[in-house]
Amino acid sequence: MTLRLIINGQAQEIALPDSRLTLLDLLRDHLQLTGAKKGCDRGQCGACTVLVNGRRVTGCLTLAATLEGAEVLTIEGLSSGADLHPMQQAFLDHDALQCGFCTPGQIMSAVALMAEGETGADPDRVREALSGNLCRCGAHPGIVAAVCSVLGEQG
Amino acid sequence: MSHDSYPMRVMDAAEHGLTLPAAPLRYGSGGKVPARRDGLAKVTGAALYAADRQAEALLHAAFATAPVARGRVVALDTQAALAHPGVVQVYTPANRPPLAQHPDEKRHPFNFRHEALQDDTIRYAGQPIAMVLAETPEAAAEGARLLAPEIAAEPPRVDHDAGTPWQPEMVGFFAPAQAEVGDVARGLAEAEQVVEVEIETPDQFHNAMEPHAILARWEGPEKLLLDTPNQGPVMIAGLVAGYLGLPEGAVEIRTPFIGGGFGSKLMIYGAMILTALAARDLGRPVKTVLSRAQMYGPVGHRAGTRQRLRLGIGSGGRLTALDHEVTALASSFEDFVEPSGHASQHLYAVPNLAMRHSARRVDRGTPVAMRAPGEASGSAALEVAMDVAAEAAGLDPLAFRLSNYAETDPATGRPFSSKALRECYAAGAEAFGWAGRPAARMGRDAEGRLIGWGMGTSQYMCTMYRGEARVKVHADGTASAAIAGVDMGQGAWTILAQCAAEGLSMDPERLRLTSGSSVLPDGAVAGGSGHTATAGMAASEAGRNAVEQLISLATADPASPLFGAGNSGVVARDGRLSRADDPSRGESYSEVLARAGLAEVEGQGVGERVQAHREGYAMFSHGAVFAEVAIDPELAQMRVTRMVGAFACGRILNPRMVQSQLEGGLIWGLSFALHEEAQYDPATGRILNADLAGYHVPAHADIPQLTTLTVAEEDPYVNALGVKGVGEVGITGSAGAIANAIRHATGFTPTRFPIRIEDVLAHL
Ligand code: FES
Ligand code: FES
Repeated sequence: MTLRLIINGQAQEIALPDSRLTLLDLLRDHLQLTGAKKGCDRGQCGACTVLVNGRRVTGCLTLAATLEGAEVLTIEGLSSGADLHPMQQAFLDHDALQCGFCTPGQIMSAVALMAEGETGADPDRVREALSGNLCRCGAHPGIVAAVCSVLGEQG
Repeated sequence: MSHDSYPMRVMDAAEHGLTLPAAPLRYGSGGKVPARRDGLAKVTGAALYAADRQAEALLHAAFATAPVARGRVVALDTQAALAHPGVVQVYTPANRPPLAQHPDEKRHPFNFRHEALQDDTIRYAGQPIAMVLAETPEAAAEGARLLAPEIAAEPPRVDHDAGTPWQPEMVGFFAPAQAEVGDVARGLAEAEQVVEVEIETPDQFHNAMEPHAILARWEGPEKLLLDTPNQGPVMIAGLVAGYLGLPEGAVEIRTPFIGGGFGSKLMIYGAMILTALAARDLGRPVKTVLSRAQMYGPVGHRAGTRQRLRLGIGSGGRLTALDHEVTALASSFEDFVEPSGHASQHLYAVPNLAMRHSARRVDRGTPVAMRAPGEASGSAALEVAMDVAAEAAGLDPLAFRLSNYAETDPATGRPFSSKALRECYAAGAEAFGWAGRPAARMGRDAEGRLIGWGMGTSQYMCTMYRGEARVKVHADGTASAAIAGVDMGQGAWTILAQCAAEGLSMDPERLRLTSGSSVLPDGAVAGGSGHTATAGMAASEAGRNAVEQLISLATADPASPLFGAGNSGVVARDGRLSRADDPSRGESYSEVLARAGLAEVEGQGVGERVQAHREGYAMFSHGAVFAEVAIDPELAQMRVTRMVGAFACGRILNPRMVQSQLEGGLIWGLSFALHEEAQYDPATGRILNADLAGYHVPAHADIPQLTTLTVAEEDPYVNALGVKGVGEVGITGSAGAIANAIRHATGFTPTRFPIRIEDVLAHL
């Protein structure tokens, strides 16, 4: 089966090696896009969060075969070279990471929040809206501060 | 900001270890606080964790696991698995290639006994019982499912009551199981009042967000490369070599990025050995990535405890006796015992002081160290008991703790190397507004929720190991450091570079750090909050040693402005040497090297504690944690609404990263108090909530406003840098503070952690 996807702005034709393949495994094992992480493979941790047609999804719960024609954005496509996305820069500015394993998922989820427009820069609403992205290191305060700083600028 | 010189893709480098320059970002007024060197790699997805790596002709491994906690594997349908397309091999105890060391043989304290398919015995649910190798992860997983094990199950011993009593001699790592100072029985008899508190704490699982992963490649018959997240790469590489019958130095562990460790990546476990073995046997690289469910059992946990504390209170609210009794759950095959009783032995002034540990062997995976092992669970119980005692004494919880302030270590009588706990109490109470504490059971917020304020004292020992580092100054005026450091999020990439640069008297921006491989000088393990002290001191000493060599070169060279100044007559500053008596006369490091015709000088350094200081002083980080909870009066839903922690941790090398560590500690304390618990099915011994939906680690919505403060503390004895650990102290005190806040709001004294809605509901 051949799958057409637009991944990080690039149209790709992918020969699906296995119909059981999830979007997460497709990205990680076949396209060398390992920024999205596998923390649980069950939709419970958010480490695999990527955007599909602008919506945040857990890559581990999305079968690749269902995505014909979709646009996929991963952490690798968020910025190019030295020009960071404002959310990436905010994570650095607020030391919003420790081990970094949850970080790509947190950032992609937060980038989706910018478009969703539900939370504003209200920390409590941001906490609610980001609660699908777990962090075991306890980087939560920095993450919420980083996200609120970007959402605040967005107005 | 420019990131031009920064490696944007941290790819599968062939070299041994990764080299990172300084991050372009600095924090703080004046920009004095370096940001994480690994930050950019992590926010761009460029950082390669072990499971992210690929290899040519890679095979994927998956495990079949035991569905019950006790019994035997009678049959496995290996033919069905082998018949599945893509499956290459199935290992069971019948055909697993031989090992040079039996998995149950213990040659080293970190040599945890584990399951590497040595026999058909099942000793806990979730134990690996067969390994499937296949061309794809999907085929390996399907092959493992097709094994459909047939089991002869026996009734498991799952909990305290069913466990087999066992009296250990040691608990934790080499700590005594019992101790007594004075005479506790007499102290209790002489007390005006005695309070007694019994508390149960559950099994907890590290649940690092990164599941354990191993990519094993043989680069020759005696050269094994393991990409795997690891908290003690040099030590563990040596232990792995033992199992495989390899000489020292034959195994390299690369671990530049670790997605959280918390103690679970400091142990040997079966998958690590079997992955290497399979790669050797099949002549292809093999990758194993544990599933989340497989992290509940084979890779350790914090053992559950039952604790009983008895406190005798004399006149003026002074403690006359403290007795701490602990029964911890242990596995049936390994001897690690959660050392909770030690948490009460160095904190409060009490003349009659004792602790006793015993254990119950149960059919669970073996417990290991988990962030603040012993201290976390022991402190949680102790701090609740202290509040019960404060109430009995008629004193405010803070006043009671101050009236029992220990000026010397109550267990040994030694002076503290430094102890700014009083300042922590004052700073924390001030920031929290403790003086305005409502009367017990009288707090209400605008929504009618019950408000409670509680506090707890934090304490964590200052561990140090022996570590080494190598630092070079180059002719172009830059420097480089090499050390097998371990950054699992605490910031070693950044802080070890700071330490090396400090020893060199240079700006860390001019220093590249190479780390993340076991072939580099041994920075010792990252555990027990001792990594910065050990590896950081080694890096600093290595830098100092390099500068000494530069000084010797200059002072012996008639062409140098420093000629004849003698080593002690020269000052190093900002990459320059100058005369102590005339700072205008000097030259840069590169000028010294250029004239000597040298490309570089190399310094060596060791980090370890001075023996006399170790024997002469008690060394601890301290802190005071204050918490507020709001409780729904009808549903008993408990929310922590704010926390303040003030800590004294010696010298603070990087305030931004210390803040992140301390916040992480408070969050773990909150999680201990309200969330975390593994639940076992008494019939099968299986963990019922072996996933991140059922085992609750805190989500963003659980975490309130946190404030962390550090108070100044100078410590000339703890180590040459004057630093204490910050990674674990924040958990201690905080679980107790939350429990005490709930007690303050409701009058309910918790008898178990996590504190449950149903427990509180019965007391509203
Ligand atoms: S890996 Fe997808 S949610 Fe955890
Ligand atoms: S930074 Fe480690 S899990 Fe979030």
